[in-house]
Amino acid sequence: MSDGEDIILRDLNDADLVEQMKDDLYDGLANEVHEATQILLDRGWDANDVLSDALVEGMRIVGIDFRDGILFVPEVLQCAGAMKSGMELLRPILANSENKASLGTYVIGTVKGDIHDIGKNLVGMMLEGAGFEVVDLGINNPVENYLAAIDKHNPSVLGMSALLTTTMPYMGVVIEELDKRGILANLPVMVGGAPLNQEFADAINATSYGRDAAVSAELARALVGRNR
Amino acid sequence: MRQGRCLVLACGALAKEIVALKAQLGLSDEDVALQCLPAELHNRPREIAPRVDEVLTARRHEFDRVLIGYGECGTGGALDEVLARHDAQRLPHAHCYEFFAGTTQFAEIVEAELGSFFLTDYLVRNFERLVITGLGLDRFPHLRDSYFGNYRDLVYLAQLDDEALQKQARAAAERLGLNYVYRKVGYGDLAAALAEIGHV
Ligand code: B12
Repeated sequence: MSDGEDIILRDLNDADLVEQMKDDLYDGLANEVHEATQILLDRGWDANDVLSDALVEGMRIVGIDFRDGILFVPEVLQCAGAMKSGMELLRPILANSENKASLGTYVIGTVKGDIHDIGKNLVGMMLEGAGFEVVDLGINNPVENYLAAIDKHNPSVLGMSALLTTTMPYMGVVIEELDKRGILANLPVMVGGAPLNQEFADAINATSYGRDAAVSAELARALVGRNR
Repeated sequence: MRQGRCLVLACGALAKEIVALKAQLGLSDEDVALQCLPAELHNRPREIAPRVDEVLTARRHEFDRVLIGYGECGTGGALDEVLARHDAQRLPHAHCYEFFAGTTQFAEIVEAELGSFFLTDYLVRNFERLVITGLGLDRFPHLRDSYFGNYRDLVYLAQLDDEALQKQARAAAERLGLNYVYRKVGYGDLAAALAEIGHV
C-alpha cells in the first residue's frame, strides 16, 4: 500500500491472494487482511483453510522474524491486529461449522503479580488458529483463578505466562498446587515468557516450554494428541 | 588513560547517576572506572549478558573488582552465569526501579497498585526516545492501549528533586493516559553499592 502500487485484491487468483495476505499481515495492514479474508470466503473457501493457510501461516513467519530480531514488539502488535481483523470474520463461521476441528479447551493466563500480556495474547490467537477453544484469564492470576477455570472448563491444556524474574517462580507454585490436588497427572501445563527457558520449565515440573507462539501452538497440538 | 582498581560496568540508563554518586563519594577515576552499555538493551534483554561478557573478557584483568550496574533485568539467569565466570557482582535486585526505590518500598508501591508504570530521572529525560519511539508509539499511536491498558499510574521514582523533570514526567503520564504519582527516592541501593566499593 505504502509503495503506491495499489493492488486490487479481487483481481488476484487464489494462490496470489493468499501470498498477498501473508505480506499484508506481515506489514500489519488490518483492512487489507480483512478484505482478503472476505474475498476468500466469498470464493467458497473453507474458513479453516483461510485460517491455517493465510492467517496462521502469515503469523508463523512474523514469529520467526520476531525471534530473529528482524521485527520488534510494535510491528508484532500491528501484525496481531491484522490477524485479529481476519479472525473477526472467521470466528463466527468456525463456531458454527460442523467440521470444526476442536482440540478442546486451552486455559491461558498471566500469573499473579504480572500484567504483561502481549505474548500471552499472541499465543492465545495462534492456539485459536490451531483449533483450540481458548479461555483467556487475563493478567495477574492467583492460583485460585487457575483452579476455578480448570473446574469450570475442563481444559485439555493449561498455559501460564510470566515476563518478570520476580513472577516466574509463581508458575512453580501453581504447578505444585495442581500436583497436590492430583490434577497435574491428567493436565499438561505449558509455560512461556521471554525470561524463561527449557531449564526453568523443567525445574518447576512444567510439561512443556513454549518459546514462541508458533512453536507453542505445535506443542499444544502434540500434547493433546498424546493425551487422547 | 588511568585505570581504576574497580570497574563499574553499567546500563547507560545509570551513567549520570553513577557519575554524580562518584563525585558525592569522592571516588576518583583511578578508584573507579565507569563503562556503560546502551540503555536500549533494556528492550532486548537477551543481548545484555553477551555484551557484558564481551567487555569483561576484554577488560576484567585490568581491575581488582567489578561491579555490574544492572539488576537481573529479565536476562533469565544468563547475566548471572556470565558474572560467575568473571568473578563480578551485580546489584541484587530485579531491575533499576527496585534498586532505586529499595526492595521494601518498591514492593509496597506494587502491592498498593499493580498497574504502576515506573519512570526514573533517566527515563523522564529520554521518555520520547525510549518509551515513545522504543515502543513504536510514534509510528503507531493507537497501540497505546495495547501497551498501557492494564496500567493505572505512572510512578516517577525521582533521583533528583528537579521541577523541570517533574513537569516532564507529568506530561508523560498524561500522554500515556495514566495517573501521575511522584516519589522522591534518590539513588537508593545504588548509592550503597557504590559506597561499598569506595571502602575497598
Ligand atoms: C513490552 C514490554 C512492556 C510493556 C507491557 C505491555 C503489555 N500490555 O504487556 C510495558 C511498557 C507496559 C512494560 C511495563 C513494565 N515492564 Co516490561 N517489557 C516489555 C518488553 C520490552 C517486551 C515484552 C513483550 O511484550 N514482548 C513481545 C512478546 C510477543 O514476546 P513474549 O512476551 O516473550 O512472548 C512470546 C514468548 O515468550 C511466548 N510466550 C509468552 N507467554 C507465553 C505463555 C505460554 C503458555 C506459552 C506456551 C508461551 C508464551 O510466546 C510469545 C509469542 O512469541 C520486555 C523486554 C523483552 N524484550 O522481553 C520488558 C520487560 C519484561 N519489562 C520489564 C520491566 C522491568 C517492566 C516494568 C517494571 C518497567 C517500568 N518502567 O515500570 C513494567 C512492569 C510493571 C508491572 N507493574 O508489572 C523487564 C523485566 C525485568 C525483570 N527483571 O524481570 C523487561 C525484561 C525489560 C528489561 N530488560 O528491564 N513492559
